[in-house]
Amino acid sequence: MSRVIIITLLRFFLLLFIQVFLLKNFGYYNLATPFLYILFILLLPFNTPNWLLFVLAFLTGLTVDAFYDTLGVNAAACTVLALVRVLFISVTVQRDGFDNEPEPSLGIMGFRWFFFYAVILTLVHHTTLFFLETFHFDEIQYTLMRIVLSSVPTILLMLVYEYIFYRKKER
Amino acid sequence: MRNLWIFLSKYNAFFLFIIFFVISFVLLVRNNSYQHATAFNSSNQIIGTAFSQVNDLKSYLSLKQTNESLAKENAQLRAQLKNSLYADTVESNKVNDTVAHQQYSYIVARVVNNSIHQKNNYITINRGKKQGITKDMGVICPTGIVGIVQDVSDNFATIRTLLHSESRISASIAGSNAFGSLVWGEGNYRPDYSILEDVPNHIIVKRGQKVVTSGFSLFPKNLPIGTITKTDKQGGNNFLDIEVKLSTDFSTLEYVYVVNNLMTQEQKTLETNSTKNE
Repeated sequence: MSRVIIITLLRFFLLLFIQVFLLKNFGYYNLATPFLYILFILLLPFNTPNWLLFVLAFLTGLTVDAFYDTLGVNAAACTVLALVRVLFISVTVQRDGFDNEPEPSLGIMGFRWFFFYAVILTLVHHTTLFFLETFHFDEIQYTLMRIVLSSVPTILLMLVYEYIFYRKKER
Repeated sequence: MRNLWIFLSKYNAFFLFIIFFVISFVLLVRNNSYQHATAFNSSNQIIGTAFSQVNDLKSYLSLKQTNESLAKENAQLRAQLKNSLYADTVESNKVNDTVAHQQYSYIVARVVNNSIHQKNNYITINRGKKQGITKDMGVICPTGIVGIVQDVSDNFATIRTLLHSESRISASIAGSNAFGSLVWGEGNYRPDYSILEDVPNHIIVKRGQKVVTSGFSLFPKNLPIGTITKTDKQGGNNFLDIEVKLSTDFSTLEYVYVVNNLMTQEQKTLETNSTKNE
């Protein structure tokens, strides 16, 4: 248990560091801006209680907001992300498999499942994020383009991260 | 009561979602209306320190460019010195200058955090309240203007750059005295271009003309802003939309100067008085 906590903490700091000091400077004319830090919420263990999941998601969002000067935007997006995560996992994963499947990573759940998981959760997060940031529907085409174009690098980076820290399940 | 408890625990994810979403939404809306009057942004002490630590490392990488730009500026300033001008009159007696008063003073600061890819871009500098920086001061750099101070903490300040959807800066076209306001955003999100609005149609504008500050707002008169690259006449509109290539390169900003207009207070009180009297 303590090992899981340490790994989760390390992952939090690593992803946050990458996000605010590296990825914040990346981007293609405001259109494609990757948000890799959400991988932290995606990779929380399956048996995380719901209240803890929401608290962690909210705090992660708030921390990123503090660095981005967009108070509340990322926090709200992460809260939505946490809800969709709960729904997605309750639909696709059987309850009895929880003991030997500690966390929803690529090595354990397989490429197909993880890819869908990442795509859906990233799209939901980016949609909330960019619509809250724009706060109106005037430039909806532009906002939609940002959502799609930002999701692509986010998901690619997630897959890269997952293959770097690849751990095959001994099943 | 028991049923209520069962109901709540069965759908706990949904209720948790509502709670946290409402909290963040309240933060978001409050933050917008109170102009970031809160501790949770990059002028916060902890986050400012974190940014400046990383920046300490990063600044080594651009030492050469920084040196070059400083040397260039030095040369420019040196050219303005009295002893580098050829005097064709003989100075007979010294006059104590009581006509010219100092109106602007400058505080040098280093950029510790920079962004150009957001919808609203901010930079953080390593000077704050203790060094005499207050809200709404102008910020310039050797090549052009940067933005306006938005938030100050003891040792850091956040600056709303030109690349912000709410930045409006009074600018005029060099040569003619026509002025308008410089805006960014609304379909133009390139970090090196900006739009000059509200210049009346009858003004003749050519490509390549310089755009400078008008001196009406926080900045001294005639500081460079950029050059005109495109002029669009919109049908049925009395104003021109002028595209300006900014002379400030926001992506490599390193040292900036905060402009302290010593007469701001006087001008402000006068202007608010006259609007009150209307």
